[in-house]
Amino acid sequence: MSLFFAILFYIATLILAGGVAYRVYDYARTPAPLKIPTTPAPTTSGGVAFRMFREVVFFESLFKSNLWIWALGWLFHVGLALVLLRHLRYFTEPVNFIIAFIQPFGMYAGFAMATGLAGLWARRFLVERIRYISTPSDHLMLALLLGIAVTGLLMKFVMHTDIVAVKSFFLGLMVFEINPLPAHPGLYLHLGMVVLLMIIFPVSKLLHAPGLFFSPTRNQVDNPRETRHLAPWAAKFEAKN
Amino acid sequence: MADETTPVAAAPAPPPAAKSAPGKPTEKAKVVAPAFREYPTIPALKIDSMVESNPYVAAAVHNESVGFPGTLVEGWEQKAVAKMGELLGKYRSLKVYMDSCVHCGACTDKCHYFIGTGDPKNMPVARQDLMRSVYRRYYTLPGKLFPKLVGARDMTKDVLDDWFRYYNQCSECRRCSVFCPYGIDTAEVTMAAKEIMHSVGLGHKYVNEIIGKVHKIGNNLGLPGPALENTLEGLEEDVLEETGAAVKYPLDVKGAEVLLVTPSADFFAEPHVDSLIGYGKVFHAAGISWTLSSKASEAGNFGMFIGNYEQMQKIAMRVREAALELGVKRIVVGECGHAWRVAYAFWNTLTGIGAGANDPFAIQLQKQLDPNYKQPSHICEVTWDLIQQGRLKFNKEANDHRIVTFHDSCNVARGSRMGDYAGGQFDIPRNIIRAVANHYVDMSEATTREKTFCCGGGGGLLTDELLDLRVKGALPRMEALNRIVQDNGVNFMATICAICKAQFTKVLPYYGFKMSMVGGVHQLVSTAIVLNNEQ
Repeated sequence: MSLFFAILFYIATLILAGGVAYRVYDYARTPAPLKIPTTPAPTTSGGVAFRMFREVVFFESLFKSNLWIWALGWLFHVGLALVLLRHLRYFTEPVNFIIAFIQPFGMYAGFAMATGLAGLWARRFLVERIRYISTPSDHLMLALLLGIAVTGLLMKFVMHTDIVAVKSFFLGLMVFEINPLPAHPGLYLHLGMVVLLMIIFPVSKLLHAPGLFFSPTRNQVDNPRETRHLAPWAAKFEAKN
Repeated sequence: MADETTPVAAAPAPPPAAKSAPGKPTEKAKVVAPAFREYPTIPALKIDSMVESNPYVAAAVHNESVGFPGTLVEGWEQKAVAKMGELLGKYRSLKVYMDSCVHCGACTDKCHYFIGTGDPKNMPVARQDLMRSVYRRYYTLPGKLFPKLVGARDMTKDVLDDWFRYYNQCSECRRCSVFCPYGIDTAEVTMAAKEIMHSVGLGHKYVNEIIGKVHKIGNNLGLPGPALENTLEGLEEDVLEETGAAVKYPLDVKGAEVLLVTPSADFFAEPHVDSLIGYGKVFHAAGISWTLSSKASEAGNFGMFIGNYEQMQKIAMRVREAALELGVKRIVVGECGHAWRVAYAFWNTLTGIGAGANDPFAIQLQKQLDPNYKQPSHICEVTWDLIQQGRLKFNKEANDHRIVTFHDSCNVARGSRMGDYAGGQFDIPRNIIRAVANHYVDMSEATTREKTFCCGGGGGLLTDELLDLRVKGALPRMEALNRIVQDNGVNFMATICAICKAQFTKVLPYYGFKMSMVGGVHQLVSTAIVLNNEQ
């Protein structure tokens, strides 16, 4: 089983890193031929960086849009961020003091994450408009994330696993050594779902994470009268004129 | 002015028979205005309630005049999918927006057409999904392997029919893009869908007919040069008679300082023409020499509505050519929403009207234009600058019979700017109104500035066969207007868009308002401005 998970993690990591890197490269190489920031938009690149910061950290547009979705979505994402940071302790030795500092928050952030997910999922059943737009994959994605959160919380608070052995397994992976993974159904489930999430990340709507940074309505400076903006494929038309 | 002759709208002529018609012209559809809601709640879904809203399919002659195949081509399914692939490689917006949507639902209640119709396919996310489902099928691995799971669909006739219906129920107003956490702009998706449909020979009659007229005659209304000259002479006589001032409305004057490019509706549609009169009075009072151009007698650019870069550029090039021929120092754009978006945001890219170029094509024009002014400028920027310099005088009491509000036009609000700071496009028109009128009231802030609702007629939908859609789409704006009519006695809604003016003129009566309630900002300027009568 240890070997099986080791191979899975190597493959999943390759797919995740390679897939997202390819997507980012693909977005970056695709031209944005016209200036289309949603105005009012910042007139300087510093302003754009600040706008992007507010979107990424506070979900500003979503806040303007719908307080329920914002509250649940933000709860989930902040919870997830803290949980991910906390998990860095299983990949580093010695543990960075910031990660050690986050530990108590990260433990309970798992509950925030699960609450947010459950709320978002409930909306898919309870709100007619959102029920209409939901596809099976939307439900499965939430089920997957919620499953990861719940199995994680179970191991933390109910049915403990040998966490020292888990850490040694992952530290081993990073230097291509396979150490034994504790035989624990909750752990197998947890890790299996994480692997699945890593694999579907680059081919699913989870691409919203890198996508936001490439969204022309949010990342363009509003200065079309001051600077001439021309995409290579569009420049060719000028020769004709 | 008679209801049926609102000139920007297509004449209600019988539609040409279309062979491969996905949107077969329906019999004169019943036009029903929804009742005002006491509290603007989110409507319950009415599945397929707008499935009968079918725009007229362009006849072969109209498609071909714009360089598209006349009718639906053989093997259109593969060609449409291939065209989608081409656009995905040319437009980062489309590629990122196809991937990024998480179906969170934030946009679902933001579209005026959804609010007015309750048809779920008018929710921005559902409208995008009409294309996203096809994108997933052909351009993503999960869609190829598990189409049902991710909501992927083959490109079929049913899908194409839905595209034609529902992408012609989007006015490309970008309200949804304000609220999307990833900034997904449905207008970009709609434009791409229209581009794909055109490339396989499925065009919208109204829009393609108009683009044809621009190329052939120089403006959307098909008003030839001599008729234009006549109209302008008539205006001069009218203004002289009314004010005693010899205000000029010049055409094709070489060496004028300003070239004014304005929507052709300004030349004779009501209430548009009152704003044209106003522009002339402003230039007259400030002593600025100006001219219109018979070659570029149209600011509107329907190339944007169909998402076709080449058409948009071709239409915009007329302005560059006119500016070079006439040797003007400044280019000013009249009251037109989408035209101002194209002018402000795209002209520099398309034609080199702007600043900051380092290529010969653009430098040629940019060294002719006066760098002390923004190129292009909006007429409101010009007027507000002159007001601030104290070069215009007003008798504000002349507007005392009006209690005025301002409708932010979508393309100005969310696709452009005026002045030096973000949001100037909201303040400058309001500043002008306050400088020329004593009574001003804003509508609810949930419906103004960047949250403004489209009039319901933008994006190339201002045509009679879509009147039912247009009336329903106007609901949120009409509700906000109704509130201040009841509370504050507002009797004039100013706006700076030819489409808004034509749309409201037609739609206001369905909601129990007078069509004369809508007018231009420069109509108010025109009423109050004090002219030097001794010229």
